Amino acid sequence: MTRTLTHLDRLEAEAIHIMREVVAEAERPVMLYSIGKDSAVMLHLAKKAFYPAPPPFPLLHVDTTWKFQDMYALRQKAADEAGMELHVWQNPEAKERGINPFDHGPLHTDMWKTEGLKQALDHYGFDAAFGGARRDEEKSRAKERIFSFRSASHGWDPKNQRPELWNLYNARKHKGEGIRVFPISNWTELDIWQYIQQEGIEIVPLYFAAPRPTYEWDGQLFMADDLERLERVLGRKLETTERSIRFRTLGCFPLTGAVESEAATLTDVIRETLLTTTSERQGRVIDKDAGDASMEKKKQEGYF
Amino acid sequence: MTRPAYTPEAQIAEDIEGYLASHRDKDLLRFITCGSVDDGKSTLIGRLLYDSKMIFDDQLSALEADSKRVGTQGQEIDFALLVDGLAAEREQGITIDVAYRFFTTEKRKFIVADCPGHEQYTRNMVTGASTADLAVILIDARKGVLVQTRRHSYLCHLLGIRHFVLAVNKLDLVDYSQDRFDEIVADYAGFARSIGIADFTAIPISGFKGDNITALSANTPWYAGPVLIDHLETVSLDRAEQQAAPLRLPVQWVNRPNLDFRGFAGQIASGTVKPGDAVRVLPSGRTTTVSRVVTLGGDLEQAVAGESVTLTFADEIDCSRGDVIAAADAPPEVADQFETTLVWMDDQPLIPGRGYWLKLGTQSVSATVQPPKYAINVNTLDRLAAKTLDLNAIGVAELSTDKPIVFEPYAQSKVLGGFILIDKLTNRTVAAGMLNFSLRRAQNVHWQPTDITREDHAALKNQKPRVLWFTGLSGSGKSTIANAVEKRLSLMNRHTFLLDGDNVRHGLNKDLGFTEADRIENIRRVGEVAKLMADAGLIVLTAFISPFRAERDMVRAMLPEGEFIEIFVDTPLEVAEARDVKGLYKKARSGALKNFTGVDSPYEAPEHPEIRVNTVEMTVDEAADAIIRAILPLK
Repeated sequence: MTRTLTHLDRLEAEAIHIMREVVAEAERPVMLYSIGKDSAVMLHLAKKAFYPAPPPFPLLHVDTTWKFQDMYALRQKAADEAGMELHVWQNPEAKERGINPFDHGPLHTDMWKTEGLKQALDHYGFDAAFGGARRDEEKSRAKERIFSFRSASHGWDPKNQRPELWNLYNARKHKGEGIRVFPISNWTELDIWQYIQQEGIEIVPLYFAAPRPTYEWDGQLFMADDLERLERVLGRKLETTERSIRFRTLGCFPLTGAVESEAATLTDVIRETLLTTTSERQGRVIDKDAGDASMEKKKQEGYF
Repeated sequence: MTRPAYTPEAQIAEDIEGYLASHRDKDLLRFITCGSVDDGKSTLIGRLLYDSKMIFDDQLSALEADSKRVGTQGQEIDFALLVDGLAAEREQGITIDVAYRFFTTEKRKFIVADCPGHEQYTRNMVTGASTADLAVILIDARKGVLVQTRRHSYLCHLLGIRHFVLAVNKLDLVDYSQDRFDEIVADYAGFARSIGIADFTAIPISGFKGDNITALSANTPWYAGPVLIDHLETVSLDRAEQQAAPLRLPVQWVNRPNLDFRGFAGQIASGTVKPGDAVRVLPSGRTTTVSRVVTLGGDLEQAVAGESVTLTFADEIDCSRGDVIAAADAPPEVADQFETTLVWMDDQPLIPGRGYWLKLGTQSVSATVQPPKYAINVNTLDRLAAKTLDLNAIGVAELSTDKPIVFEPYAQSKVLGGFILIDKLTNRTVAAGMLNFSLRRAQNVHWQPTDITREDHAALKNQKPRVLWFTGLSGSGKSTIANAVEKRLSLMNRHTFLLDGDNVRHGLNKDLGFTEADRIENIRRVGEVAKLMADAGLIVLTAFISPFRAERDMVRAMLPEGEFIEIFVDTPLEVAEARDVKGLYKKARSGALKNFTGVDSPYEAPEHPEIRVNTVEMTVDEAADAIIRAILPLK
């Protein structure tokens, strides 16, 4: 008797296949863990792929020190529950220079995230890194391979990507070169939410609406997650108002716009996602700083 | 602008649970759109995304601004800008890579591979077609069936796509003429039959105006349907057929968390599996029964094609990555020689005879390709004589692997019949291939066991067989040093033989020239002869330039571990050229001699030779003594 696999069954099977290929062919894989919902799904898929063994690679969080408190709270817990080692990397130079999103603009992302990631990969000698990027997020990502090659200096060459046919992935590389692997490339935002619901995956509470202290900046709404630190960096008092807000994506709290919402349950969040009229990355300041090709440019420089 | 959304917003707002429940059971259809820039392919995809509400307001306002600034549709929205993601593409207004797009309707989810249409992007289209269930072939109604229409249809058919939609686009520009539509369909039908496309669905559309995309258009009263979306939502996929086929499970990874558990992980290519099923592990052919289908959520009663699972067996039998778990009573074939169809994807052309890595399923082996039987002109489908395959060329060639692989013809199984070739030096994916069938000679030529073994031969000669492989530039001193080494070995009462490059070319290899392909065949034959001599117990010395690393490694792989001794006669080009004992460098520099190593053909120096001799610092005798010292003891 034929059993029809649903689209989530197929996406799950594909992601698991990809993860197992990497583990079979790479020397030192790692999973980049950003604590967001896509990372949560990826981690869950890894548990499934290697059960009953724990996932045979560590987690790496490239930290900017500016993440939400709720994110830091979930980080170690998630790693422990999966039976995985967690590495946290904070770019020592960015730390020393006190790089922050207010004074340093694009340099903040560049130093903490792009440089930080390169440093961490080099430091630990990881040759393959799983990332939770999806092709529906952004136009240049729609064209990126599932196995995406990086030169020894971590650069991406969009015009020179390896052809990727069927489910065959060429993981061969020279010493020093690395692969970024995107097991959930073919998932959409709605797939992620449905899978979280279907599998009962724990995510950071910030995705659900609750009364939180907020302030406005450049026409967008932000959460005053660490007011004292914000005011110290800005050198002035911030006016905050309590509003019922939630987040569609999570990054650094001064860079991640909130949306006003009453969606306090997963079902409510999915309903809101389905009925929304703005794209997911709209709340991210990072995509807008270089016009049309900003993400493509960042990736060429080594950003995930 | 109207916004016909598939997303039933009212239901979502009022009955989200009900909506999600219906959405959970949707199947997934992957399709490819083929057509050139002018056929309106990106516009159609943009339209599908827009109509299914996959474009958000912020993207739409950016799109409107972009359309006015760089669009090609005047003040109207240019949907093409939505999908051409890379900066280079937006500047040049063309699509140069495969992009994947996602949308969903009430009945199905879709992944669209948006592929460039130009002939120089054949490889990209092949890539997109490899995972597609269905192809939408776009035709500009004003232009009819073009060369590119034929090429795209052929490529999709070649990659095994079974469902074709002929979307006759821009019908608004031919006044929605039924005659024009019928004419194009008849024209295409003749061609489709000729290449073996059994069936296709023709739909008159306008991607720009939206005719017959989501609803029957009043502009084409003569057309009764189906409309594009309906057809995509209802076309029957081959899932039942896939599950009815015998079990095939390529093993990706062996799961051994502790001594009590040994599981075999992989994605089921075809068939179904449940505990108690009799299975055969190939290529070894050992049989056992499945005891559990293990998942994080609990053991499964049955798993089906497409699922990624972990199996455990009733017996402790050998099974590792690359093996295929198959239905015990219907195992796939195992062979090492095949007829294949290759699509070449690299700037560097195919080199017949060179060893490439072949990856098929989870198997990785070394493979060599014979000179093509023919190449296919993708525009006329004529068969052309070819010595090699260049970027984007498609050809049929025989291929052999260094050890037998488990396979099925591509027509039966994409997973066990589709493969990629990887260059051993650059690690690039250079070709995609499809196994057509295995060659009988592989099945009928058996290895005849003999009673006197290679160990017996070696014992009688009181020595350990070796192949001392001298490599270096012309004039580096290979033959001279090899000769001095052989004299020393002879004085030590060792049985030796010296195979010299020039001498072999007088006989065994006199049919070979100096092209890259001939040089590779030259080394292959010498390798085989050296191997036979080593089997006979001899210490073999070879003196060949052997410029390519891949071929030296090929010979190394022919011999037992430790018997291949690579000796790099390291002489800088200036020194060898200054010596020019045979006057060859002079000829090469004047152009009288082509493909001369070091002049107009590369020399790939060994990275980790067993022995390196520097002929600038050492005399011939010093070098020979050093080599002897390095290979002691001889027994």
